[in-house]
Amino acid sequence: MALYESVIIGRQDLTPNQFEELVEEFTKIIKDFKGVIKKREIWGLRNLAYKINKNRKGHYILLNIDSSSDAIAEYERLMRLNEDIIRFLTIRINSVDENPSPLMNNKSDRSRNELVNSEAVKTTNEEV
Amino acid sequence: MTQLNIKREALRKPNQKKRKSCPFSDPNTPPIDYKDLKVLTRYVSERGKIIPSRISAVSAKKQRELSKAIKRARFLALMPYVVG
Repeated sequence: MALYESVIIGRQDLTPNQFEELVEEFTKIIKDFKGVIKKREIWGLRNLAYKINKNRKGHYILLNIDSSSDAIAEYERLMRLNEDIIRFLTIRINSVDENPSPLMNNKSDRSRNELVNSEAVKTTNEEV
Repeated sequence: MTQLNIKREALRKPNQKKRKSCPFSDPNTPPIDYKDLKVLTRYVSERGKIIPSRISAVSAKKQRELSKAIKRARFLALMPYVVG
């Protein structure tokens, strides 16, 4: 199935675990459509370069998803309905690069984020 | 006589490609990505505008990828549309 990379920005007055539960809901949608979350990176609370409807800061998360297109359609539809998500961008990519994205190492702490390391990804590939 | 000099003058103008090579294509650099801001901010003026490829000496193909990445970074508020 196609590989997608999606970045979600959550409202600033959400608590970090509230934001994670919210993202959990969306990943559940993907799993219902038999999609797989390849990589998940939480960039944490970052300053926005400009105000997005009165928010100066935003919770960022990056998700690499391997799923069909209708899963993504449903996933995006729900995000549009939800007010806590102020912006999201989903793009199609050809390959998932394992190493953490540049935004990861400078700001957010690593412990909290559940980065699917390459061995785990390899094992799932063999099982599938 | 002057007519000839002017023509010769125009011929000798060095074109820009010879002087500077494209920083992206020659060494094996990582692919242009909307997430690594360090690379992107180098190709944005201090007002936040994208620097034209005739000044930054980037090849046309890489300039298209670069501007797409910068526009994505701007959409995700990782980079400003206008500075100050």
